[in-house]
Amino acid sequence: MSAPLLPPIGVLAELTHRCQLQCPYCSNPLELLKANRELDTRTWLDLFSQAADLGVLQVHLSGGEPTLRRDLEQLIAGCSARGVYTNLITAGVGIAEGRIEAFAEAGLDHLQLSFQGARPVTTDRIGNHRGSHEKKLETAHRARAAGLPLTINAPVHRHNIEEVPEFIDLALTLGAERLEIANVQYAGWALANRSLLMPDRAAVDRQADIVAAAQEQLVGIMTIDFVTPDYFAIYPKPCMGGWARDAFMVAPDGTVLPCHAAQTIPSLRFERFGERSLAEIWTDSPAFNAFRGTDWMLEPCQSCERREVDWGGCRCQALAIVGDAAATDPACIKSTVHARMAALVDETRPSNTAAYDAFMYRRIGS
Amino acid sequence: MTVLRERAIVSLRSAPSLPRHVRIQYDPVRLAFAVLLPEKVFWPNDISLDILRRCDGQSTVERIIADLAADYDADPQDVADDVIAFLQEWSDKLLVKL
Repeated sequence: MSAPLLPPIGVLAELTHRCQLQCPYCSNPLELLKANRELDTRTWLDLFSQAADLGVLQVHLSGGEPTLRRDLEQLIAGCSARGVYTNLITAGVGIAEGRIEAFAEAGLDHLQLSFQGARPVTTDRIGNHRGSHEKKLETAHRARAAGLPLTINAPVHRHNIEEVPEFIDLALTLGAERLEIANVQYAGWALANRSLLMPDRAAVDRQADIVAAAQEQLVGIMTIDFVTPDYFAIYPKPCMGGWARDAFMVAPDGTVLPCHAAQTIPSLRFERFGERSLAEIWTDSPAFNAFRGTDWMLEPCQSCERREVDWGGCRCQALAIVGDAAATDPACIKSTVHARMAALVDETRPSNTAAYDAFMYRRIGS
Repeated sequence: MTVLRERAIVSLRSAPSLPRHVRIQYDPVRLAFAVLLPEKVFWPNDISLDILRRCDGQSTVERIIADLAADYDADPQDVADDVIAFLQEWSDKLLVKL
C-alpha cells in the first residue's frame, strides 16, 4: 500500500441486530445475531475509548434498533466523555418514556429517525409493524422537545418512490434540519429482495428532478442529502469513503468490518474486538488491507483519473454482480459488465400489489 | 410544500451562533481543529476557524468583522465581504444560526 495509513474518523456501531421492524431492505446481513452474541456494556465502552485514542471523532449508534440496548444512555455518555460526536440512528418505535430526554442528557449530539413511508400505511407495511408511523411521529416530537437536532431518513425504493414530495413535507412539518433521501443500496436483505424493490427508470428520473427543485427551494430552511441509486448511475459511490480509509463498522458481536456487507466476501476473514485491539485491527488486519488505497486495483481502475475519487466503488457489489470483489464496481460506466446493471433493472417484477406478500421480510432466524 | 421557516439572511446586526449539532473541537491525534457535523467532519482553515469561534450568539457580525480586520490588519470591507459570504453559506446549510 503506497498511501500513508490515516487514523479513522468515524465508526458505525451496530449495537444489536434486534429490531421491532422487518424492513425487506435492511443493510444487516441475512444471518442476524441474537442478543446473546452482543458485546456487553463494558466492552463497547472500551471499544469506543480505544476508537477515540485512535482518532475517531464520530460514532454512529445504529443496529438493528440501538434503543433496544438498555445501556444506550451509558454508551452515549461514554463517547461524550471522550469528546466523540454521537449520532443515534433509530427507527423510533417503542422508545420508553423519558429515554430520549436521557439520551440528550447523556450528551447525544444528533438523532436520525427513519420513516419507511411518508404515509402511515406505507410505513406500517414496509416495516411490517402496525402503528409504527404514529410512534415515529411521537419520537420526532419528543426529540425536538428535548432540543435534539433531527435528520429524517427516507430509504427509497419502488414502493415509496412516489412519496418523495410527501417525505419532504413530512420532514419540514416535523421541524427537521435535514432530510436524507437515500435510494436503497442492494446489499444484505435488499439484495435478496432486489427484484421487488427496484424502481422504474422513469420514477428515478422524476425523483431526481423533485429533489433538485426542493434542494433549491429549501436553501437555508432544510438540508436535503440525496443518495442516488447505483443501478442508474454512471460512476460508483466511494463506498465508506474508500475501503478502510477513514471509517469502519462494528457488528453486534464485536467483529470489526470495513463496511456493512464485507462478510459476503468469502476470501476475507475478519477479526473481533477483544481478540485484538482496535489499533491492531485497523493497522494490520489483512481484510482491512486487502482493498485499502489503490495498489489492489485492476484496470480500468488502476489508471483511472477517478481512482481517488470513488476508490473503485463498492467491493461487495463487485462480488455480487461481477463475481470478483477486486473488479471495478459495475455501477461504473467503465466496467465491462456495466450493462448488466441496466439488465437487472429490467428484471424487476412489475406488480406492486403482490410485493408485500412476496417480500422476504427481515427476521432473526432460529 | 409546507414551509414553516424562512431562509435567514446575514445582516451586520445578526449575532450568529453554532446550532447544537455543530461542534468545534481540537483533535489531539491530528493536531488540528475539527468542526463536527452530522455525518461530516470539516477541517477549517485559520480564517474559517476564526469566524466560527466568534459565533457565540453575542457578537454581532459587525463586531466580528471589526475584530478580524484588526487581528489580520486587513481592509474591513474585504473582511466584511468574506465574513458575510461565509456566514450566509453556513446558514444556508443550517450550520450557523443567525
